[in-house]
Amino acid sequence: MKIHLTSVFVDDQAKAERFYTEILGFVKKHDVPVGEKDRWLTVVSPEDPDGTELLLEPLGHPAARTYRDTLVEDGIPLAQFAVDDVRAEYERLRGLGVVFTQEPLEMGPVTTAVFDDTCGNLIQIATQPR
Amino acid sequence: MADDLFKALADPTRRTILDELSEKSGQTLFEICSRLSMKHRLGISRQGVSQHLAVLEAAGLVQTRREGRYKFHDLNTAPLRRIAERWLVPDSSGPEENTS
Repeated sequence: MKIHLTSVFVDDQAKAERFYTEILGFVKKHDVPVGEKDRWLTVVSPEDPDGTELLLEPLGHPAARTYRDTLVEDGIPLAQFAVDDVRAEYERLRGLGVVFTQEPLEMGPVTTAVFDDTCGNLIQIATQPR
Repeated sequence: MADDLFKALADPTRRTILDELSEKSGQTLFEICSRLSMKHRLGISRQGVSQHLAVLEAAGLVQTRREGRYKFHDLNTAPLRRIAERWLVPDSSGPEENTS
């Protein structure tokens, strides 16, 4: 078994597409219309185009909003992405106007930071211990 | 009021939370939990941390602030000053300085 796809709920798929590609630097993998206005929209890392896809899923269910808003209030991220240098990525994203709820924090071998994806979620970036 | 303050300070986990907030004020619950588990290796649940924060807030040592959709915790050291003023002699040029 392997993890092929994971997802985050987003307020607005068009806005999410822009943020996840133009700001974060992922590339679009699939974009298929589903129903009247929704899309099966996935992105991948340019470093691993055949790797795990991230589905930018429309926030359809009212319970999803409550769940997500409660996590955001406590600063809890819904996904984690790996970067080589958290501090450098923090500076780059901040320069692009991204809001962080947790600045880079070194905790032993791991450094993490948490930002707002502008589509309703908090995302953690982390260096992987080598 | 004073009882709340001394009770809040009597617990080592709560003192660690204050240490971390003095390093950086304005932390989310998630960041406080991360610091306790990753830096201090404290096996404490998020709910447990919330309860400690409630005690610290009741004592006036921690204040919460909402900013948009997020909630941050700030350190407030004003109540500690009252402890110092209660017993410390204003002119503390005693016979011997003991800093231990």
